[in-house]
This record gives sequence, C-alpha cells and structure tokens, in this order.
Amino acid sequence: MSDVVTLSSLTFSYPPGRKQESPRIALNNVSFSIGQGEMFCLLGPNGSGKSTLFRLLSTLLVPPAKAVTIFGFDLKERPAEIRQTIGIVFQNSSLDKKLTVRENLLHQGHLYNLRGPALHGRIDEILARVKLLDRANDIAETLSGGMQRRVELAKGLLHHPKLLLLDEPSTGLDPGARIEFDAYLREIQAAEGVTILLTTHILAEAERADRLAILEAGHLVALGTPAALTAEIGADIVTIDAENPAELAAEIREKFGGAPAVIDAKIHVERAGGAEFIPALVGAFPGRIRSVMFSRPTLEDVFIRKTGHQFWNAEARE
Amino acid sequence: MNTNFSVSYFFLATFSLARRELVRFIRQRSRMIGVIGSPLVFWFLIGSGLSGSFRHPSAPPEMNYLEYFFPGTIVLIILFTSIFSTMSIIEDRKEGFLQSVIVAPVPRSSIVMGKILGGTALALGQAALLLILTPCIGITLSVTSFLIVILTLFLIAFGLTGLGFLIAWKMDSTQGFHAIMNLFLIPLWLLSGSLFPASGAAGWLGTAMMANPLTYGVAALRQGLYMAPHTATSDLGPLALNLGVTTLFALVTFAGSSMLVNQRSKS
Repeated sequence: MSDVVTLSSLTFSYPPGRKQESPRIALNNVSFSIGQGEMFCLLGPNGSGKSTLFRLLSTLLVPPAKAVTIFGFDLKERPAEIRQTIGIVFQNSSLDKKLTVRENLLHQGHLYNLRGPALHGRIDEILARVKLLDRANDIAETLSGGMQRRVELAKGLLHHPKLLLLDEPSTGLDPGARIEFDAYLREIQAAEGVTILLTTHILAEAERADRLAILEAGHLVALGTPAALTAEIGADIVTIDAENPAELAAEIREKFGGAPAVIDAKIHVERAGGAEFIPALVGAFPGRIRSVMFSRPTLEDVFIRKTGHQFWNAEARE
Repeated sequence: MNTNFSVSYFFLATFSLARRELVRFIRQRSRMIGVIGSPLVFWFLIGSGLSGSFRHPSAPPEMNYLEYFFPGTIVLIILFTSIFSTMSIIEDRKEGFLQSVIVAPVPRSSIVMGKILGGTALALGQAALLLILTPCIGITLSVTSFLIVILTLFLIAFGLTGLGFLIAWKMDSTQGFHAIMNLFLIPLWLLSGSLFPASGAAGWLGTAMMANPLTYGVAALRQGLYMAPHTATSDLGPLALNLGVTTLFALVTFAGSSMLVNQRSKS
C-alpha cells in the first residue's frame, strides 16, 4: 500500500498577530500517513488542530519544509502539482448561488484546465453519480441544503482528483441527509477509486471510516481502525452514577481492583465481563448507587482513555 | 510557483472568472440601476444647479456646467462599478467561492486578471452606454475620437478595478470597504478634474490633483471627447502623457494585486 499523504513530525504555529502576542501552536509533532484508497477520518473537538491540518493539506496555509508530502510532493515546495491532484469540499458552501449547477461546474472545470466536450461529458457523468443530472440547469440557491452539498461533492471530484479532502461534510445536514451523503461518498469512493480524508467532530461519523486519527489540543492522541481502537480498551464499560462518586470509586478500587475513574461526576470502570460484574457491584454497595450503565467501548471511551476527559467537554473548554 | 503555466490555460481560467462576473451582474439587475442611475442624477442635478454660476477659466462662455461635468459623470459610473465588483471579493471570501478558486492550480495572476477584466468589462459597458448622450451636450464623436475615448475608459476602468482589488483583498467586511470608499475613493474622484478644473484650484489643491493618477485619465477622456484643439482641454497637457500615466496606473494596480494574491499563507 503506497502512501498518499505523509506527515512527519508536523508542527505548525500561527504567527503572533493583532489578537495574540505569542505564536499559537496549533499542531504539535504530528506524524501519520494515509494509504491509497482509504477513507481516513480526522476526529477532534473544535480547537484540536484538525481545521488547521485541513487548511494545510488544502494548500491554504504553508507548512514547514519536509513535514508533509502528498503523492510524494513536498507540500511547501510544490503546491501547484498537489493542487492538480486533490479535490476539496470545504465546510462553507463554495457554490456561486446565482449560477446554475452546470455553470458552477463549468467554471470549476475551467479552473482545472478542462474544457469543451470532455468537460461537458464529465459534468454529466459526475452529476449522474450524485443523482442531480435533472437539476443541472437550476440556479444553485433553489436547491435544498443536502443537494447543494452533493453539488459541492461533484465540484470537488470534477477533475478526477486522486485525493478528496472534506471538511466537516455533514455540517448543516439533518440526520437523514447525513446518512444519505455518507452513502454517496462510499459509492463514489468505490467508483472513482479516490482516497478520502474527512474531518469531523461527530463520533458516529468517525466510526464509519476505515481508519482515524484523534487530535486533541494539537496532539495526535490515537491512530488506527475504529475496531482496533475500541478493542484496545479490551473490556466493557460500566458507568456508575452515585451520590458521592469519588468516595465510592475508592471503595470500588479497594474491593474489585482496576482503575475506576471519575469523569464528570460519574464513575467509569473498564472491565472484562462487565455483565457479571454489575450484580456483584450493586450487591456490594446497597443503596449507594443511583444507576448503572453497561456499554461496549466506543470512540468516546477511547477519547476518554487517551485524554482523561470527555469529548464534548474538550469542546466546551475552548 | 506555476509550473503548469500555459497561455491557453491562463486565458481559459481568466475568461471563465470574468464571465462569471458578467453573468452575476445580469442576474442582479438592481445593481445596474444603482451604478448608472445615481451618477446620472448627480450629473443632472449638480450640472443644472451649477450651470448658472460655473465659469471655466479658459473655456468659451457657452460651455455650461452640464457639459463640463459630463466626462466626470462617466468616470463616476466607472468608479461605482469597480467598487461594486471588487466589493464582491469580500462576499466571495465569506461565502467560500474564493477558497475554491485559491486552491485550484490556476496561475495566481489569472485569478486577479479574471476579476479585474470582469469588473472592467462591466464598467466599460455602462460608461459607453452614456456616450449616447454626447449629442445632448453638443459633442459629435468622430471614429478616432470614439476609439480614443473607449481606450481611455478601458484603462481607467482597469486601473480603478485593480485599485479596488488591492483594497478589498485583505478586508473582511463590506462596511470597512464603504469607509475606504468614502474616505479615499470618492475624494480621489473629487480631485481628478471631474468636478472642477485644476487650473482654477488653489495651490495645495492643484498639487494634490497633479499627484492624483485619475486626473490624467479624466484629462485623456476630455481630450478624446473633443479631439480637435479646444480651449477646455488646452490646460491638460499632452494626450500621450495622460494616456501613459493612466496605463502605468493600471499596470501598477494589477502587479500589486497579483503580488498580494501570491502570498499563500495570508489567504
């Protein structure tokens, strides 16, 4: 498997500006690579550095030399070659709302040196793929939000990129449209043979990726397939709600061992065979437990294990 | 930086971006009313109002203010059009369209050229429309005269759109652009000989007008309109100089804008 994107010890900081006095480090020594044909997800709360990484990869920001390569080209030195091979779907709409769907795609094609019958043919092909061929001559602003996202997708794929970058692609979509968009993405990945990198702050979305990287405060805290990352926990998760969580956690540790942790006033216990553990636990502390929840480990638990706090809390602290 | 630069690609991208400006304009017709309508109202009201009291220092007495103010009105239409079309850079940036242009492999200069040419075409078209009115103020255009006028209008429009580009590129709000427009762009026009001749202005004002690149564009336009030696244009310097300065101004704003867009990390 050849690598499409390689990050080696990437550190990036924003220079001091009007709003801050010292440089702000957005990415700190991040290394990983993305293989051919993968659907790779960058997961992180707001402020984790994933947007900065996205802006770097899309050639909007300039990384240090030799820190990032895309298809073997150094991102700092060879942006023109890289721009030719990547397609980008931004979080904000990049459509010209006053133009028709086809006009939007024609302009996009011209920007990538496509023209004439070849361009028109490709527009028909890609619009058919996102099931919008019948809306080609409609003004973009008359389309629903979900359809506009699909036009964005068509726009990003128009010039046959080998790598597609999507920034928070599900922003502003209702759950139905989100699942639909995801299905389109999978279908297109198979049909166009494109490698996909997407960012998200939605855990459920990250679980559908082939592999993911979790970023937190500029650091890479986890990397792997969703299954491998959750399997790393190797246990069931038991969450206990109690009157006095700290005290109870200490008593649980004394009686049952392990490392119960208090996160957000709830006790988290990772334990193999959680189903047998719960009756024993409830029996051992009669009247002191309000509720017990049993779950298989999720990416949320991976995040908690790696950072010591909850995913949504990391976002709230920003 | 642009390793895959080719001439046909440059023009494809440039004309595509320029055409988008025209299509957008046609789909927002109210813009045209604002851009042509308000200068015409200015022209008619100010021109009629001052006709009785205005006396050009060197022109014959039959030249009334409506006639003097006519070229200035055309330049004002150009100024308004270029302001509105470059203000859309700020909207494009907000809406995200600009981002998708910046990450495309197009030469940066074609991004600038596309935007400026689009704005220039709009300004030129609307300014030329006003030439229909020349018989009303007693000017009949010969072919040479018409060609010089169109060339001058093109150069003024290109320069002013380039200037608007330079200002708008770094701005993040249209309100900020309005402030610059009132403080800088409108005075630029006021001191260009559009409203009153430099020959009659006080010392410091005359110096400011001499330093204003737009003064030379307005002068070239006046000379183009009259062509034959005319006392109203006798104090404006040679036509070649006026056209030269106007061309230089257009080139400088284009080069400046291209340099600005080339700074990758700042966008």
